[in-house]
Amino acid sequence: MLEHRVSVAAVATLVALTAAAAHAQLPSYGVGRAPTTEEIKAWDVTIPPDGKGLPPGSGTAAQGEAVYVARCESCHGAKGQSPKYEPAATKRTILVGGRGTLHTDKPVQTIGSFWPYATTLWSYINRSQPFDEPGSLTHDEVYAVTAYLLYLNGIIGQSDVLDSRTLPGVKMPNRDGFVPDARPDVAVPTAPTKR
Amino acid sequence: MEPADPSLRKPIGPDADRRRFLKRGLALGAALATTGRAANAASQQVPADSSKALGRHMIPYTERSPFEQAGKVKGPPTMPDEWGANFTPLGESVGIITPSSLFYEVNRSGVAEIDPRKHRLLIHGMVDRPVMLTIEEIKRLPSVSRIYFLECSGNTQTEWEAPAVPTVQFTHGLTSCAEWTGVPLSLLLREVGVRKGATWVLAEGADGSGNERSLPLAKAMDDIIVAYGQNGEALRPENGYPLRLVVPGWEGNVSVKWLRRLTVTDRPYMTRIEAVDHTSLMPGGKARRFMFVMDAKSVITFPSGGQRLPGPGTYEITGLAWSGRGRVRRVDFSSDGGKTWRAANLQEPILPFAHTRFRSSWRWDGREVLLQSRCIDEIGYVQPTLAALVKVRGVNSTYHNNAIQTWKVTTDGSVHNARA
Repeated sequence: MLEHRVSVAAVATLVALTAAAAHAQLPSYGVGRAPTTEEIKAWDVTIPPDGKGLPPGSGTAAQGEAVYVARCESCHGAKGQSPKYEPAATKRTILVGGRGTLHTDKPVQTIGSFWPYATTLWSYINRSQPFDEPGSLTHDEVYAVTAYLLYLNGIIGQSDVLDSRTLPGVKMPNRDGFVPDARPDVAVPTAPTKR
Repeated sequence: MEPADPSLRKPIGPDADRRRFLKRGLALGAALATTGRAANAASQQVPADSSKALGRHMIPYTERSPFEQAGKVKGPPTMPDEWGANFTPLGESVGIITPSSLFYEVNRSGVAEIDPRKHRLLIHGMVDRPVMLTIEEIKRLPSVSRIYFLECSGNTQTEWEAPAVPTVQFTHGLTSCAEWTGVPLSLLLREVGVRKGATWVLAEGADGSGNERSLPLAKAMDDIIVAYGQNGEALRPENGYPLRLVVPGWEGNVSVKWLRRLTVTDRPYMTRIEAVDHTSLMPGGKARRFMFVMDAKSVITFPSGGQRLPGPGTYEITGLAWSGRGRVRRVDFSSDGGKTWRAANLQEPILPFAHTRFRSSWRWDGREVLLQSRCIDEIGYVQPTLAALVKVRGVNSTYHNNAIQTWKVTTDGSVHNARA
């Protein structure tokens, strides 16, 4: 009788475990739960070149200038041209200018001369800027400051409205400036090695 | 009454001393190490004859000897403290494992501070069963431990035009090697059921910078680890606590730290870190992107820049070699600036995607010499000269400088970063 009770309990436990495993998102290991729509929405904020996931909101360069002066200029300098910080080796902190220099001995890699997609700019500012308060700008502010930086680079007009529809349509000057990795790209003759 | 939980007891004795020492160390910084004052200060703390004194008591989490002062150095100094690289002191390295405390770091938004009980990993996108996992749940899954190097693709970026920095810490200190423990990413992806048509995975960190990086699904299904352990304990915060990717053989930035999200997708997202940073501008104005693999590379760590040989005599030259394409097959050593080479001894173990230690006995006759090493990996790739790289890539490509490094030993025994 005792044996019978134990086996009933064991079966009940097994059934419960199986049910839990069937419910789990990693079925072989019985762990994990389904994320809620809100949880995914809060983290899934990276914007690809086609603009999928861009939120409502809008902004112009005229509106963005005030945002830039208040939140960006202390590091990036007036009109994106005089950065406070300079990582000597990368030469990539100036935000504006440099068009027509990429093929020269002194290339200047800026948003205007180098960045291939405007969505990259929006996504990066939205997720990671300002440096000391990442992710603190409103969507309208991100659209506006993106517009301001594109305007400073002569890519859009001062009153052009950026939103989820227009931003992916902005064609960056260097969109086609990238090639696949070509390595190994160095043919090295093996000099004889003494053993 | 003493609390039962040891963690509630107040620090006493050497443990408190240790904290005071650390505080002092922080205040005084690296200057001590170079002046030798640190050793003098440490001398005050130890008995004149250790065999005639009772040693100090045992403590829960130990520190190295106060006489050992090798430390990471953050650069570039022109940038904020939270932005940049923290270079590993390779000149003092021994063996192939980098201590977690000296493992190099690159941070774009400081060191994230995370409560592991609140941290979650989200896997979603083109999958049948999107999932939210806790760290405890991830640790319950079948795990592996593997020894892999990580190298920043910006390592050695100062050296394209001329010898620019004095020591191996700054020329090559953005490579490190550790034993990583975690769950194969392929296991997680098989469990959630990757949908047909998926080709990429976007990984995102939980720090302010996000470090969002797209990775080809084929690599994700091959050998990537979702790691929680490093060198026998939890990851250090600087190296991604409580969870990170470890992507064997590929540039360090794709091994996303503080991992919180994996989005399975059918194209790369072209985030800043992959579409702008970590691209290499070529002569002619086009830039290469998605340059994942780290080519074969090596460097002599002794003797290296900033060190000094006390005089002519027999020395053991030693250094590190590694390749993102698998195992190191051979390392050659030259003392005449690359005119003649001989094979160095490779120290076991020789592991794929890991640092390999090489050694070679060498007699210095006191004359000026140019020391070099070159790595040949298992596919037969030979580490190139800088001239060969520059001929193809120019000097503005920033990343993936895996050129042969030259150290010049001058007649006074001092060692300098040089060109052959």
